Amino acid sequence: MNGAHWFAIVAAIAWSAWAAQWLRLHFERRQRRATAGTGRRFVRPPGTLIAIGILVFFVTVAVAAPLVTPYRPSRQLDIVRLQNAPPSWGHPLGTDLYSRDTWSRLAYGARVSLAVGLLATLLAATVGAAVGAAAGYFRRWTDAVLMRVVDVGLAIPRIFILLVAAALTAHLPLAALVLLLGLTSWFATSRLVRAEVLTLRERDFVASARALGGGDWRIIFRHVLPNVAAPLIVSLALGIGQVMLLEAALSFLGVGVQPPTPSWGNMIAEGRDQLATAPWTTLFPGLAIVLVVMALNTVGDTLRDALDPRAGAS
Amino acid sequence: MTEPVLRVRDLKTYFVSEGGGTARAVDGVSFDLYPGETLGLVGESGCGKTVTSLSLLRLVPEPPGHIRPGSLIELEGRNLLTLSPRDLRAVRGNRLAMIFQEPMSALNPVLTVGDQIGEGAIVHQGLSRRAARARAMEMLQLVGIPDPELRIDDYPHQLSGGMRQRVMIAMALVCHPQVLIADEPTTALDVTIQAQILELLDRLQRELGMAIMLITHDLGVVAGTADRVLVMYAGQVVEGGSTPDLFHRPVHPYTEGLLASVPRLDQPRERLTGIPGTVPAASAWPTGCRFHPRCPHAWERCRTDEPPLVEIAPGHSARCWLVEEPGRRRPGASGVTR
Repeated sequence: MNGAHWFAIVAAIAWSAWAAQWLRLHFERRQRRATAGTGRRFVRPPGTLIAIGILVFFVTVAVAAPLVTPYRPSRQLDIVRLQNAPPSWGHPLGTDLYSRDTWSRLAYGARVSLAVGLLATLLAATVGAAVGAAAGYFRRWTDAVLMRVVDVGLAIPRIFILLVAAALTAHLPLAALVLLLGLTSWFATSRLVRAEVLTLRERDFVASARALGGGDWRIIFRHVLPNVAAPLIVSLALGIGQVMLLEAALSFLGVGVQPPTPSWGNMIAEGRDQLATAPWTTLFPGLAIVLVVMALNTVGDTLRDALDPRAGAS
Repeated sequence: MTEPVLRVRDLKTYFVSEGGGTARAVDGVSFDLYPGETLGLVGESGCGKTVTSLSLLRLVPEPPGHIRPGSLIELEGRNLLTLSPRDLRAVRGNRLAMIFQEPMSALNPVLTVGDQIGEGAIVHQGLSRRAARARAMEMLQLVGIPDPELRIDDYPHQLSGGMRQRVMIAMALVCHPQVLIADEPTTALDVTIQAQILELLDRLQRELGMAIMLITHDLGVVAGTADRVLVMYAGQVVEGGSTPDLFHRPVHPYTEGLLASVPRLDQPRERLTGIPGTVPAASAWPTGCRFHPRCPHAWERCRTDEPPLVEIAPGHSARCWLVEEPGRRRPGASGVTR
């Protein structure tokens, strides 16, 4: 850990603070324009700024991992002298049992954990929106079949599906993990989208679009789904946190991300035997998970308040 | 006489409810619409005006609704009831367009008005996005929206009610349809804005030469704009004729009742007379003449036999036994001074 790395970390923090501030200002300005003249004032929820900052920081660290960390995440530095070393200037978050730098592993682990969370949730939102829109718009047997599938999906505990799937394959590739998580997370989203579409399809503007010659697909993609964007974005923000927790749980159980690839979940798993002697190996990845999930939930709630169509434009 | 642009014959739109009952919302409506004319369709709520207009575009939700075989809706010589879904979409918004009652709910809240106006041109004429935007700009100008270059990127909630209705009209007219169906286009608006919108429709009709079917319960609107009027009651046309004929020489007691319930400036009256009762449910139309329970003149024959729609003068017809037996009329009972 030399000056350049410390500088990079400080730069990342400063950038996060600036970006959070900029995002908030930009967002508020848009809010004010949208609510101009309606007498509704945009209320800034507390903590949102910090939450955005935290998210920007971890995303930055994940993207710029080679710049902000001095070592490869799997490099064993000195198995004799640097085993379970406590935090110091050279190793700000200490080292683990194999003398690997915890900060480096945390940064590279952010890549894995955030990417898995984001990709799996995007997949889930896409499938969920498609299924929900089809079920809600076409009704009748399409609706009946799709919603029974969703009922079944919601009735089976997800962790069991994942454990079985993981047990059947000795070494689960990362892409397969993303697919598994994504394809088991869309049930609730599809219900949400279906409920929205059910009310939207009865709205006059859908009848109007049909009266002006729009086909079913044009109506779904251009008139119905954009109106579902707000709740979908909210569920996306909240979903990423859930999927990250699930990935952490799976990795902790040893069936998620396989070592030596670091993920926050398997870092906790590997450090749990040294909980008493070297708490920093589990504390920091655990803290990272808590911070990111909390930040995502806060941002999700803020988005829900800000994007709620019933609150604006009427 | 020129060929009608829209011919409707014996249109029957029924709704089958889950309990097995059938609501005959539109029950044998026939009319012609000629190029360039305005046809008013009036009646109380629940008498089938809106279902008639939705049937013309085949927008009646199926199920529970269906248009009975034997009905005919012919637009420019083509029967809309036998068109494939694809051909039907090519007609909707292109040859036959509709504007809705509520300009707020009939506009998509998440699309700019420019996008919504241009959409019809993209769908029907294959315009590029850029060309559609230019067309939308023209349409905004045509419908008299100030600063169209600023308004084109507005969302519906940023516009006033009258402006929204103008946007709706622009959306419907973007492909220059032959027939425009306007379902209560002014009901949701202030009286002053109403006048502006009606004036606008009138001007656009003259400029574009389209036929307008104006659906309304407001006889004042009809008197000012329509060339001919159809009065609907209980899913049927009960009287039809030119606007002056209908207003000055109404025959059907229902028409008389409607006229008597409108305040008039030229004839001093102390009280307005309403029509007693309400429109019965469409699943249980009365036997005989459907208006007889509310009719001040009704006698035995009205309760058992259904009167036909007969022509009483050129272009003026009514569905009432009084046409055959004018002596049965009880003077003053309809509340109309003539």
